[in-house]
Amino acid sequence: MQTKEYIGESWKHGILIVGAILVLLPFYMMVSMSLKSQQEIQSISGGLIGAQEVQTFPVCVKTGYSEETCTTKPYIYNYWFAFEKAPIPRYLMNGVIVTFSIFIIQVLVALPCAYALAKLRFYGREFVFSMVLFCLLIPVHGIALPLYIMLAQAGLVDTYSALILPWTISVFGIFLMRQFFMTVPDELIDAARMDGMGEYSIVWKVMLPTAIPALLAFAIFSVVAHWNDYFWPRMVITGNRDLFTPPLGIREFRGGIDSDEFGPMMASIVTVTVPLIVAFIIAQKRFIEGITLTGMK
Amino acid sequence: MGTISLKNISKSFGSTQVLKNLNVDIKDGEFLTLVGPSGCGKSTLLRIIAGLEQQTSGDVLIDDKVVNKIRASERDLAMVFQSYALYPHLTVRRNLETPLRLRDYNSFERLPLIGNFSPNKKNKTESINQLVNKTSETLKISELLDRKPGQLSGGQRQRVALGRAMVREPVAFLMDEPLSNLDAALRVHMRSELSELHNSLKTTFVYVTHDQAEALTMSSRMAVMIDGNLLQLDTPQEVYDNPASLSVAQFVGSPKINIFNGSSDSSGTVSILNLNLKRKSSETNLELSIGIRPEHLEITNQSDENTFSATVAYRENLGSDIFFHVNTEDGMNRIIVRGIPQFTNEISNGSKVNIKRASDKALLFNKEGKRVQFNNA
Repeated sequence: MQTKEYIGESWKHGILIVGAILVLLPFYMMVSMSLKSQQEIQSISGGLIGAQEVQTFPVCVKTGYSEETCTTKPYIYNYWFAFEKAPIPRYLMNGVIVTFSIFIIQVLVALPCAYALAKLRFYGREFVFSMVLFCLLIPVHGIALPLYIMLAQAGLVDTYSALILPWTISVFGIFLMRQFFMTVPDELIDAARMDGMGEYSIVWKVMLPTAIPALLAFAIFSVVAHWNDYFWPRMVITGNRDLFTPPLGIREFRGGIDSDEFGPMMASIVTVTVPLIVAFIIAQKRFIEGITLTGMK
Repeated sequence: MGTISLKNISKSFGSTQVLKNLNVDIKDGEFLTLVGPSGCGKSTLLRIIAGLEQQTSGDVLIDDKVVNKIRASERDLAMVFQSYALYPHLTVRRNLETPLRLRDYNSFERLPLIGNFSPNKKNKTESINQLVNKTSETLKISELLDRKPGQLSGGQRQRVALGRAMVREPVAFLMDEPLSNLDAALRVHMRSELSELHNSLKTTFVYVTHDQAEALTMSSRMAVMIDGNLLQLDTPQEVYDNPASLSVAQFVGSPKINIFNGSSDSSGTVSILNLNLKRKSSETNLELSIGIRPEHLEITNQSDENTFSATVAYRENLGSDIFFHVNTEDGMNRIIVRGIPQFTNEISNGSKVNIKRASDKALLFNKEGKRVQFNNA
């Protein structure tokens, strides 16, 4: 009986392990390749970190660095050369500026909207909400061209505004927060009104603190989507390298002087990915804890 | 001062009318209970007084001033909610401070950091602290001030909610079923505490409940509401002894009043089952409903013209009392009789008993549920 149960459990775990490997394998490849030399990458040898033999890297020499600088261990070379070749800190900072501006403005817009849709009674509320749902169905790529033309007419191409403005109203955010606000008891809002708060105070001082868990969930969607977005920055940032977001920056490593060099490329990808992973490890705990509404009932 | 007057208040949601032309005058310092079954409109009425809901027609007057257009926060009322509605992210202290901060600080002083530069803020903070400390001592919640609502028990949250209402020293307290989330023992305890609080504060209380026991125990006057109508507004004893209609009689009192079918003849003599009442009805030749409360019926050994016989169907032992649910012989009525344990211990389900009624306690109602008086009663 006991062994049977073990078998029953083990095949579930087996499937989960296979799934986990499938998901993690690209990350393993990425980290591994960022540490190895070009030869080891191309011959698929060397395991996780490769032999780490000190060697001279030809691409580096061709780029114009001295032979002494270019003779080092592969992992040092990969990360050093990634940062030498492209201003990665600048790209990371652009990524932070863009994603955080987008997220903050999205919250500034979505919270009052969601509050009105969830808790205020006004004529046409259901219609407005159905419009919000309808907007969820519009694919970004479908409206990309008109958006681009509008930004171009306004002279905003190649600016931060072009990266930020089109995303500041998130219908998904409005929808998500509205669904969460529906679960907040009306009495809490009435109590705030009795205490003398205005509707905007209620949104920021009562609804926002209770909505932290939902807001974190939304933050994950929003930040990941815009940090990783390649399509939109590629369209509106045409020349100015100072405005490149991390995904655009990675493109710098494609087609180097004589061939693609995977080591530094993967090193740059690791650098771009790590901030997100760290952010989520930190947020995870808050995510689970949240501020529960247990104080209510 | 804390008088509240409601004049011809009506409220409709769409086509459904939930309040029908209500008139209530609440005196200063009174504990008025609005009581009625769920959906009778009592909470809506309270919300209209509070200013959280707008009446369809009619006037609300607080201290003889019409407040129809005045916002909830400016009516100087405090409300205690069923779910307590404490701010879950703030400590108890901050929960108590919030209404005072909003009332006393101006908008500049409420700003974070730079608000501290305002010269008056320090004095105001001082007085807010004093009020919070005073209130929390009165309610014995001083040791809870640094906790969050999630870390409190139901009874403690209840006190904090009361405290948040009290700190403002409002002209009246509005309470929307504040005890219904507590367990039975705590509820009984809080009833007495609330009454004591009312005695010491001497402020007007308007208290909404569906529990007739709460209304009977605490209020100076109770207003019985059913289906959006105010049926009776009087002292609890008067409502219990002298209900204006059949629905009030049935709503107030636990266990429920027994209703018998009967009639009055041309001389006004009222007959139920095999009995005739001594008192004469003021209306003759009428189909009647006769109400007799369980405590006015008694199980006895004798059998005479004042008793009727019945079979015990179910015996409900509450320790201090035993309630017998009995079927009358004609099978038409199922009634409840109170028995005193030491005399009625041996009576079991299925046994036949004689039931005697106490005289002068019957209540008469006509078929529309209106009260019918006895002659020279």
